[in-house]
Amino acid sequence: MAQNEKPTEEVTPGEVAALSDSVIITQLSKLVSWGRQYSFFLYPFITACCGMEFMSVAGPRYDIDRFGAALPRFSPRQADLLMVVGTISHKQAPILVKIYNQMAEPKWVFAYGSCTVSGGMYNNYATVQGIDTLVPVDVYVPGCPPRPEMVLDGLIMLQEKVAREPEINMTRGVSPLGEADDRKIIA
Amino acid sequence: MGDMNEEKKIEQGASDSEVMARAKAVLGPMGVMIHTHSQHGDDTLVVQAEDILKVMEFLHGDEGLKFDMMMDLTAVDYLGAEEVHPYLKPMNARFEVVYHLYSVEKNHRIRVKAPLTEESPYVNSITGIWVGADWFEREAFDLYGVVFRGHPNLKRILLYEDFEGHPLRKDYGKMKRQPLIGPVN
Repeated sequence: MAQNEKPTEEVTPGEVAALSDSVIITQLSKLVSWGRQYSFFLYPFITACCGMEFMSVAGPRYDIDRFGAALPRFSPRQADLLMVVGTISHKQAPILVKIYNQMAEPKWVFAYGSCTVSGGMYNNYATVQGIDTLVPVDVYVPGCPPRPEMVLDGLIMLQEKVAREPEINMTRGVSPLGEADDRKIIA
Repeated sequence: MGDMNEEKKIEQGASDSEVMARAKAVLGPMGVMIHTHSQHGDDTLVVQAEDILKVMEFLHGDEGLKFDMMMDLTAVDYLGAEEVHPYLKPMNARFEVVYHLYSVEKNHRIRVKAPLTEESPYVNSITGIWVGADWFEREAFDLYGVVFRGHPNLKRILLYEDFEGHPLRKDYGKMKRQPLIGPVN
């Protein structure tokens, strides 16, 4: 707008055309989901050989930073995506539940590799037969270990799920194993 | 085990290695050995479980043997397969504790086995001789239920406290599962 021009109350068609290039009308919940889906903060709960493949995904060749999920947090309280990578034994189960319960809402769980999906080849006395017996899981990526492309595909599926969350109105409780009060978990 | 048959079994053989000859010469008269054999250069002594400390103290302290390193300690469950060793059935033995010893100085090895019955799976701890046996004995206790008497801290090492039974025993069902541990169950 030129300096000498007097501002008016009315919006001219020219001004509407100019605004349409810079303003988007949406719902706040969709905007928030859009932000969340491209800024996952991971908590890598790595227990076994899948961890090597996770490093490959996180490293420069496959680079999960391209999808906004780059920064692993080393406190579950700062993370919103729990990556469970590797075999979970019965002895570790209370620790995984405690970590999950420490994460703030909203939070998602990524089951990385066959062992977390179903126990994998470890169908024995020591291994939890799928982490969904401990915590609610959002994405299952099988494989021993999964190819990095599969992990990226799983991550994109999770992003799509997060984008839909305002519509499907997801609620996410505590682990079926425990109450939110994590002081009780190990006792 | 001082009767004539037992003494015959542990007579010196012409092909015995130096280690086996020395072990037979000293342990034979002590009457602690049940059986010996050598295969592919591996010498094995089968001894009475109640005499394990005597045997180990000799193997560790003897100037000619000097087994200063305990390489491995584990257990075997022979349930339903007792016939694989001729000495197991007559003793009513089900388990064997297996020790592998090595001498760094002399560069030789020996295997020592101690059969145990199901009713009394007890053997003295050798942690007083080799401190490194501590966690091996805890593992054998955890997975096989062999009790090592005199162990300073005999509790489960791999499994959790609430676990019931000993999963590497042959009568532990291979599809048996225990409840998840947590605050609820």
